[in-house]
Amino acid sequence: MSDAIITVNASGLSCPQPVLETKKILDKNPSGRVEVLVDTATSRENVARFAENRGWKAVKEEREGGYKVVLEK
Amino acid sequence: MDKILTSRRGPWVAGGLLGGIAVLLAYWGNPANMGFCAACFTRDIAGALGLHRAGAVQYLRPEIPAFILGSFASALFFREYSPRGGSSPAARFFLGVCAMFGALVFLGCPWRAYLRVAGGDWNALYGVAGLAAGVLIGIAFLWNGFSLGAAGRNPKASGLLMPLAALALLGLVFFPPLLGPSGPGPVFFSKEGPGSQHAPLLVSLAAGLLMGWLAQRSRFCTVGALRDLLMMREGHLFKGIVAFTAAAFTVNYALGQFHPGFEKQPIAHTQELWNFLGMVLSGLAFTLAGGCPGRQLSMAGEGDADAAVFVLGMLTGAALAHNFSAASSGAGVGPFGVPATVVGLVMCGLIGFGCREKAL
Repeated sequence: MSDAIITVNASGLSCPQPVLETKKILDKNPSGRVEVLVDTATSRENVARFAENRGWKAVKEEREGGYKVVLEK
Repeated sequence: MDKILTSRRGPWVAGGLLGGIAVLLAYWGNPANMGFCAACFTRDIAGALGLHRAGAVQYLRPEIPAFILGSFASALFFREYSPRGGSSPAARFFLGVCAMFGALVFLGCPWRAYLRVAGGDWNALYGVAGLAAGVLIGIAFLWNGFSLGAAGRNPKASGLLMPLAALALLGLVFFPPLLGPSGPGPVFFSKEGPGSQHAPLLVSLAAGLLMGWLAQRSRFCTVGALRDLLMMREGHLFKGIVAFTAAAFTVNYALGQFHPGFEKQPIAHTQELWNFLGMVLSGLAFTLAGGCPGRQLSMAGEGDADAAVFVLGMLTGAALAHNFSAASSGAGVGPFGVPATVVGLVMCGLIGFGCREKAL
């Protein structure tokens, strides 16, 4: 497990790209901490649900101009 | 209720309610197997505004503006109103045109495809298969890096334009102006045909508002459902179309509106290939644009200018499809339905190949 935090900027992207970008990173990193930046509540939920279905813990936070979904495993 | 709609059970509940309401709307007067259809109703609105001259399909369907307003109110109430836009608006406009071409060759949007199946119209099975094929082609583009780019924040007031336009449309239904140079108009209402069949105004209005709210909260999406399932084995949204179709079938059956077969189905034709290919085109266009027409209406209500542009593309596509004799009827595909489908597929292909960032 790497200690580095990986940030995925999926802000402004249409469905299903925020999930797709997240999937790409999770496939490459079976564990660790990944922060996904999104701009809509829908993307926030989609990313969190996708990660949770794959055994990641997802914490949703508000940020300026959108949301941050923090994924940990 | 909101907790349920936004939970993992949300699509079951929202899909079931939406399917039931749609069938009830047909029972109360909307055309058969067309209780709610984003494509047909947008086409009727285009006709009512005089953008096409197909006299049988002109009515300012209140369900569409009410759907936008229901989503807008829901987004405001739950602090999800967020004006945004700027993700390849021109491409989205043409995708809206293409989606409508395909839907009018098939005779229905994805919502109506499921409603037709739930009413026993087996011709729509070709449409549903076409929809899945179109979604699969869209997925292939997505795997190869397709993207229309990121949207950015827009000024707060800009997101009010679609809700205001929806209010204006409702104003025209309740108080139709009589300013036409040769008598009634400029708003046209069909005297016969599907455009003349409608539920009572206030019922349509209330149903549209409720459906818009349900769709906004649950993110109900008839195209995202297939896309997520086929692309990522994610079944969350798919539960919505299962519930939608099951509820629509159950209510149809209870009301004696289930008439299985291929022949003499309401506002449908039996040309399998074009039922299939029409929906291939629609499914592809909706997938590239990120969601089904209901979802686009819902996002337009949330302040998404890109979705609004897509909806305006659908409105334009409806007018073009009828003016260029590309729309089908119960008799079959229109004289230019085949070339319109081919042009639409080529255009979607160009957008799909051209708008790529990098392969995944």
